[in-house]
Amino acid sequence: MYAQMVKSEATNEDPAKLAAFQARIDAGEKIEPKEWMPEGYRKTLIRQIGQHAHSEIVGQLPEGNWITRAPTLERKAILLAKVQDEAGHGLYLYCAAETLGVSRDELTEALLSGKMKYSSIFNYPTLNWADIGAVGWLVDGAAIMNQVPLQRTSFGPYSRAMIRICKEESFHQRQGYDIMMKMAKGTPEQKAMAQDALNRFWYPSLMMFGPSDKDSVHSAQSMAWKIKINTNDELRQKFVDQTVPQAEYLGLTIPDPDLRWNEEKGGYDFSEPDWSEFFEVIKGNGPCNAERMEARQKAWDDGAWFREGLMAHARKRSAAKVAAE
Amino acid sequence: MSSEWPLWEIFIRGQHGLNHRHVGSLHAPDAEMAVKHARDVYTRRNEGVSIWVVPSAAITASSPSDKGPLFEPSNSKVYRHPTFFDIPEDVGKM
Repeated sequence: MYAQMVKSEATNEDPAKLAAFQARIDAGEKIEPKEWMPEGYRKTLIRQIGQHAHSEIVGQLPEGNWITRAPTLERKAILLAKVQDEAGHGLYLYCAAETLGVSRDELTEALLSGKMKYSSIFNYPTLNWADIGAVGWLVDGAAIMNQVPLQRTSFGPYSRAMIRICKEESFHQRQGYDIMMKMAKGTPEQKAMAQDALNRFWYPSLMMFGPSDKDSVHSAQSMAWKIKINTNDELRQKFVDQTVPQAEYLGLTIPDPDLRWNEEKGGYDFSEPDWSEFFEVIKGNGPCNAERMEARQKAWDDGAWFREGLMAHARKRSAAKVAAE
Repeated sequence: MSSEWPLWEIFIRGQHGLNHRHVGSLHAPDAEMAVKHARDVYTRRNEGVSIWVVPSAAITASSPSDKGPLFEPSNSKVYRHPTFFDIPEDVGKM
């Protein structure tokens, strides 16, 4: 989910090698960094894992926005731990991407130059405390939907990073739902805030899975390589089916008049999000794109003296150690 | 000169009595900072009682293409496993 519309790269390599590679994947073997892999597989993975990592890092911003204003000390400590987890998840994923031959600095620079993307969802603002509940419940819920199957992805380091992330992620969704429960059972004003947050985050959450890709060539290649496990539509349907009863429990209404149970397919029928809005956000015209990139750029620039200083200190100390020997 | 921090491989001992196990990698300017970062990145939920950090560049790995010559020889030596030998039940536990 954190990776949207990742284009797969064309591969023109020795057909025999490609077939042997595909056979390994079909047999459920994991591909490890030093082993032979098609260039397309490598490049697609760098793009996908990189985008996923960037999303974890940028995803800290909308939530970090509320750490200082959390309603209680306990909520503050919990939110702080969650945002710290997101940083950790970004680091696991960057390291997985780096095993494919790209450096951390290259990845960061690609994000800052706009060459690489992060998930569209983080370009929406968190206006009040209820939004923190909605983000945990819906955004992390959608993320889990996508990340659970990715634990079985064919690339070893990516799979191991996903396993680690999934272990930690369900805390995130539960803490969001916990906030929503509290607000939905609160005063009429608090309940209205919870409903308002659901109204604003519902369609952006559905967009997280990306537009329908059932006829996409890129998607077919990624699925053959087990870089992608389900189609976007499958995951979106699963997310809706899981989330509707949770909203009912809260006594909140999904902002979709056409939402109804379809007995035949055993799932809900629901309205598509406005895909023109999605493409605008991806292009950089969402409500917070500029703000998010400014924050990342500032962190990178302001941290430069620190990164360089620690490195200079390490070099000096190791030189002194060599001289003493 | 590049200021990119070098890469370290992180090994965590999960509990007393167990081996240190490789858990992942991270960037840090030196070994001391690598231990501090490893604490934050890999033990946020009490996953460890001890941390090793090793510069990734210091690791020598076997090549994937050597898998055959390295590991095949032990395939045929099933007698290295105790279950290879049939011991009559009358002998008792062995």
